[in-house]
Amino acid sequence: MKRLFAPLVVVLMVMFTAAPLMIAWAPCEATMGLVQKIFYFHVPSAMMMFLSAFVCGVASVAYLFKGRPAADRLACAAGELVVVFGAIVLVTGPLWARKSWGVWWQWDARLTSTLLMWMIFLAYLLVRKYGGPGSEKLGAAMALFGTANVPFVYISVNIWRTVHPTTNVIPLLPPQMKGPLWFSAAAFLLLYLLILAVRVRLEERRAELEHAYLLAEEI
Amino acid sequence: MFLRVAWLVMRKDLTIEVRSREILYTTAFFAVSCVLVFAFALVKEGRPLEDAAAGILWIAIAFAGTLALGRTFERERHAETLRALMLAPTSRPAIYLGKLLGIIALLAVVEAVLVPLVGLLFHAPFGARPFMMLALLATGTLGFSAVGTLFAAMLVRARSRDVLLPVLLYPITIPVIIAGVRGTAALLEPVPDIALAGMWLSILTFFDVVFVTLSLWTFEPLMTE
Amino acid sequence: MNFDFDRIAIDDVSRHFGRRRALSRVSLRVHAGEVVGLLGPNGAGKSTLLAILATLLAPSAGTVRYGDRVAREIGPDLRSRLGLLAHDLHLYPELTARENLLFFARLYGVSRPGAAVEASLARAGLTERAGESVTGYSRGMRQRLALERALIHEPRLLLLDEPFTGLDDASTAALVSRLKGLRDEGRLVVLATHDLDVAEGLLDRAAVLRDGRLVAFEVAGDRLRERYRAHLERN
Repeated sequence: MKRLFAPLVVVLMVMFTAAPLMIAWAPCEATMGLVQKIFYFHVPSAMMMFLSAFVCGVASVAYLFKGRPAADRLACAAGELVVVFGAIVLVTGPLWARKSWGVWWQWDARLTSTLLMWMIFLAYLLVRKYGGPGSEKLGAAMALFGTANVPFVYISVNIWRTVHPTTNVIPLLPPQMKGPLWFSAAAFLLLYLLILAVRVRLEERRAELEHAYLLAEEI
Repeated sequence: MFLRVAWLVMRKDLTIEVRSREILYTTAFFAVSCVLVFAFALVKEGRPLEDAAAGILWIAIAFAGTLALGRTFERERHAETLRALMLAPTSRPAIYLGKLLGIIALLAVVEAVLVPLVGLLFHAPFGARPFMMLALLATGTLGFSAVGTLFAAMLVRARSRDVLLPVLLYPITIPVIIAGVRGTAALLEPVPDIALAGMWLSILTFFDVVFVTLSLWTFEPLMTE
Repeated sequence: MNFDFDRIAIDDVSRHFGRRRALSRVSLRVHAGEVVGLLGPNGAGKSTLLAILATLLAPSAGTVRYGDRVAREIGPDLRSRLGLLAHDLHLYPELTARENLLFFARLYGVSRPGAAVEASLARAGLTERAGESVTGYSRGMRQRLALERALIHEPRLLLLDEPFTGLDDASTAALVSRLKGLRDEGRLVVLATHDLDVAEGLLDRAAVLRDGRLVAFEVAGDRLRERYRAHLERN
């Protein structure tokens, strides 16, 4: 993995350079115009956010029941990335909404569900930071419960919204948009994996440092 | 054996509560104060906002519940009695269950006060469909309490535990609040929408099953170092 | 609940909390029919070791064997053979002495809890005031009650963390004689204490801990205080 890191960064840079070209080449959506193209950042960010939440949840279960510190490090990194990519979704969403419909927030089902998941993982970071010793386990419980909550959040928010009908956010995708979308998604996936790897490595270094301190005390 | 232990723990909690009534009175009073605060915020010219009653009821339950959970476990922390419970030669999830049942009993009494009060102040016919209403309250309280009991227990030894309990609990239990409020609101319509309320009820039931199971499963690893 | 043991083997046990090393490669043997003391300054690791013996904490390294088996192999039954009296007395202040004992007796699966509770109350000399809530008790009374609570299920291993703190002379003497009685019954008693005067009269063997390390483990005997100080100064 380490040897792949540098070439993958290069690939990523190429992809992000090519992205604007791809996006510009994609057709302009009829009603919303240029602003709709924020969708190529908004949707892949949302995908990465939910992927990261899933990774965090699974790693947390492994940590809780097997006690493996590597699992905890992965959960920590994934949890942070949920908040990062979630922030991107929650900023690009309203920007898009404002330009398209004139209001910043519309309680759209998907955006609201995302907000809730974002809050859950923000709480995850808070408990890890402020919970004192043993907060890794507390965080793991939060991540597990948060991930298990995804279907409930989605269902309840959706039904809550559809009883009062509202405008649909995502229009039907014409085929020419799919190409750039999958390209963006692949670029974001690569970005996610690389950042995750870096962050996990940082945690590993921190653990090595703690271990060194412990050994130093022996002497 | 499992149920016996849960029963013992619950009975001990209720005995203490019946004797001192501290948590009951303070929680009930707090819930009523909440309702009054909402009344002043949401009643305009003597007429409450539409659908306010359902929301206010469930928010008051959530706030009161958080308070009660915090206090219950603070009691166990006081003389480290939680440790003595964990040292018992029994299955540890049984202790969780006992605590959960105690909290539900407490909240049931508080809700018995809250529901008529909110109905009165906000002109809401909670008694129109009593069984459905009771079912919603029961499943909602169970869902909230199940997650709350687990979190409150695991936070007993944590720093900043007072503020962390709501921080962790509210985001996870938002589906419960949504379902409870919308289900109750459906029952408060001029023509109660039983089908819709029933659907929210099934969501709540499903939530309860999943999260009680998860809590039982994770209680032991969370409480041991 | 058939599991029992007559010795404990603590092998190379270490425990750290983040960067702080609380115990460092401690090895001890404790046998039935003896009182072992854990001596040492604050922060030496005495409470941590007691918590590990009580299975409340897992060691970061090393093993603790009860008889021949490790805690995880034995399962929840092990806890029926352990009794812990910590500084916080694990008593519910709103309940009466009798109710406290009854609750724990039933929780710990004591057969015929009613009789066991009455016997414990008698031993602690609390029968007349057994119907009062514990908040009204003096420290000494609470200590006696807490000790009975820790013993209600007749554990093989009794762990005590600073049990003499805040006790007057009479209560201290009573506790010492009680512990000696338990030792003579064939139980294992491990206690952490600061009080060297009491220790001299009570302990069979003493383990001196400092900064998480075991610096000495020897027969207590007389002149314990001098030897204790010597051990600490040397290291």
